[in-house]
Amino acid sequence: MSQKKPEKLIDEKDIRFDNRKLNEMRPVKIEVGILGNADGSAYIEQGKNRILAAVYGPREIHPKHQALPDRAALRCRYHMAPFSVQERKSPAPSRREVEISKVMREALEPSVFTEYYPRTAIDLFVEVLQADGGTRCAGITVASLALADAGIPMRDLVSACAAGKVESRIVLDLSDVEDKSSDGADVPVAYMPNLNAVTLLQMDGMLTPDEFEQVLNLAVEGCKQIGQVQKEALRAKYVTAKEVATETEEEAEEEAKE
Amino acid sequence: MASMMAAKARAKRVAQLIARGKRLDGREINDYREVQIESGLIERAEGSARVRLGKTEVLVGVKIESGEPFLDTPNEGVLTVNAELVPLASPTFEAGPPDENSIELARVVDRGIRESKAIATEDLVVEAGEKVFIVFVDVYVLNHDGNLIDASALAALAALLNTKMFNYEVKDGEVKIKPGYKPLSIRNHPIAVTFAKINDKLVVDPWLEEEQVMEARLTMTIEKDGKVCAMQKGGYGVFTTQQILEAGKIAQQKATELRKLVVKE
Amino acid sequence: MPIFHEKRQLVTPGDLLAENDYINGENTYKENGKIYATRVGLFDHDDKRIFVVALKSFYIPMVGDTVIGKVLEVMLSGWIVDVRAPYVALLRASDALERPVRPQRDDLPALFDVGDMMIAKIVAYDRTRDPLLTVLERGLGKVARGQTIEITPTKIPRVIGKKGSMITTIKNETGCQVIIGQNGRIVIAGKTPEDERLAIMAIRLVEQEAHTTGLTDRVTEMLRKEKVEKSDKEVAENVPKET
Repeated sequence: MSQKKPEKLIDEKDIRFDNRKLNEMRPVKIEVGILGNADGSAYIEQGKNRILAAVYGPREIHPKHQALPDRAALRCRYHMAPFSVQERKSPAPSRREVEISKVMREALEPSVFTEYYPRTAIDLFVEVLQADGGTRCAGITVASLALADAGIPMRDLVSACAAGKVESRIVLDLSDVEDKSSDGADVPVAYMPNLNAVTLLQMDGMLTPDEFEQVLNLAVEGCKQIGQVQKEALRAKYVTAKEVATETEEEAEEEAKE
Repeated sequence: MASMMAAKARAKRVAQLIARGKRLDGREINDYREVQIESGLIERAEGSARVRLGKTEVLVGVKIESGEPFLDTPNEGVLTVNAELVPLASPTFEAGPPDENSIELARVVDRGIRESKAIATEDLVVEAGEKVFIVFVDVYVLNHDGNLIDASALAALAALLNTKMFNYEVKDGEVKIKPGYKPLSIRNHPIAVTFAKINDKLVVDPWLEEEQVMEARLTMTIEKDGKVCAMQKGGYGVFTTQQILEAGKIAQQKATELRKLVVKE
Repeated sequence: MPIFHEKRQLVTPGDLLAENDYINGENTYKENGKIYATRVGLFDHDDKRIFVVALKSFYIPMVGDTVIGKVLEVMLSGWIVDVRAPYVALLRASDALERPVRPQRDDLPALFDVGDMMIAKIVAYDRTRDPLLTVLERGLGKVARGQTIEITPTKIPRVIGKKGSMITTIKNETGCQVIIGQNGRIVIAGKTPEDERLAIMAIRLVEQEAHTTGLTDRVTEMLRKEKVEKSDKEVAENVPKET
């Protein structure tokens, strides 16, 4: 079974094949704290991406030789489920997954106060349940929330988004088919919004230095938008708890009157 | 314990010097170490080159074999890049399957070649959808003294420029090698330029002592017309967008200088 | 001296809380004169300090804390104990026995075996080693009976209450012994499992509504209601059948 590829990805009115404008992100939905056993967790749906992140830690580190004397070791595993892509992917870690695990860890490490917990491990697991381009960015976004959900102290949230070039136009948040188009470029970026710091930067494709500057700035704007969605997701978890509590308070007041 | 203290003291020294715009080995912030390139040293390979960047030494061998194309590109040959951090190159390298560092190294070198379309892969088709040629670029690190990415990318480019494609004919569906050869068609010359960030300053071509102290690294691969075709941030630190754009400007200059050493007019 | 949020406003990690002139308190950090939040929680401050009351955090051992631990491993000269912290704790045999330890004669598993719960005190802890425990003081030792539950450690002060008001209420209403570990574990030992269940219900209520007011009264009311229902039910069950 294969998907039909659209003839042109962007039309003359600069509308993309999925009806988005050039600088429009795919719809994003995030939920925090959805897994029972993990210390922290979060889930994201961005376009067709479905990605889950969980954190265990800080906890005892095994094997012991990986322990760092002055800080926690942040370990990250990015993994794609076999059914997440068009053609079934073998469960064994691919070279791509190994590289992404490394750059994700390096994108999140600057945000965590690892120096508070020497000789421990903070283990991050990112599972891609369904993939449609930009999974490492969505993965970083949701991993950062899982860390916050676990109560691990952080300097800032890390927000991630990609921008690039498709059919000669600069676009935000490339989906898989746009990413795979020839003559384009894809630049994933992760960013700490409150500290104005880029923690992930990669690129494939070809861009002139001017184009690159436009793409970088657009990606950072995208990251800031994602940052707002992340904060809302954290707030939403608290608000529901607060509503339950306020309801109970109100009920109690009602009963007291009777 | 003593060596750990000494290492820490040296690390501090490196950082202090850099804050004042100087480097421990006497170089300027934007200077590369001395580069030596030697090509064609491995006869059994279709192409080969060895690069010495300061004391870092990388050998790249190119082998070409026939095989199947990828499903989504039936009319193109295949490029595959592999890197080995051989144990003799550093006390920190262990024998075993590729770890995340060697995988990252291979993939960054690969990206530069692939995205710049340096190899004319459409010329490597024997029978569309059935049989194509696979170009194996194997990066072999012989001595690690910092900046393996730039040294490996340079050696890979030199090896590809040195690569000779054998003549062949197809008999009974098998590729049979005939005498004679022609150079592999290489139409772009991607050059990787790596920066280390130390105490908020960016230095080019970090050597081992600087790598051990750096907070983060940024690699930009520039193709022959000045376009950027690959980028990779590494390390646990951060960059501002300002620093990234400034690095871009310096990378352009450095790439042009380095390219002259590999590509003879 | 700007402050950027109102009291009890929810803040997230990296939110700018205040600038200059303040001391950064719990769950915040200061960089270049600016104070930021490190955890999700409610913003608060007094005249001098800025701090955040975290929604969720985990237990970090402190010397002097009473904790409830679970034995993970028995070794030659002591035990490895889980105290719900990023680090496992160590109870040396010399901190469990009042006389010198004789490895050949003393049967360590008989004192504490794998899975046993204990009430212990943290005697030593720093960045370079795991926390050390002792059970040699009054009130410490193996948990012989009752149930153990876990709550998030930040809610422990609420379970204790002002001057112990909450914990006293629960003890009185249920007749249970309640021992509180700073690490978020609580042992409840009552005359019947029913009594223990009531105490657990009360503690869970406190955990959920920790940030509200009038909680002690509501807990008392809830417990009394449950006890009335229980005795009604017993009366109903004891009514002799009509012949």
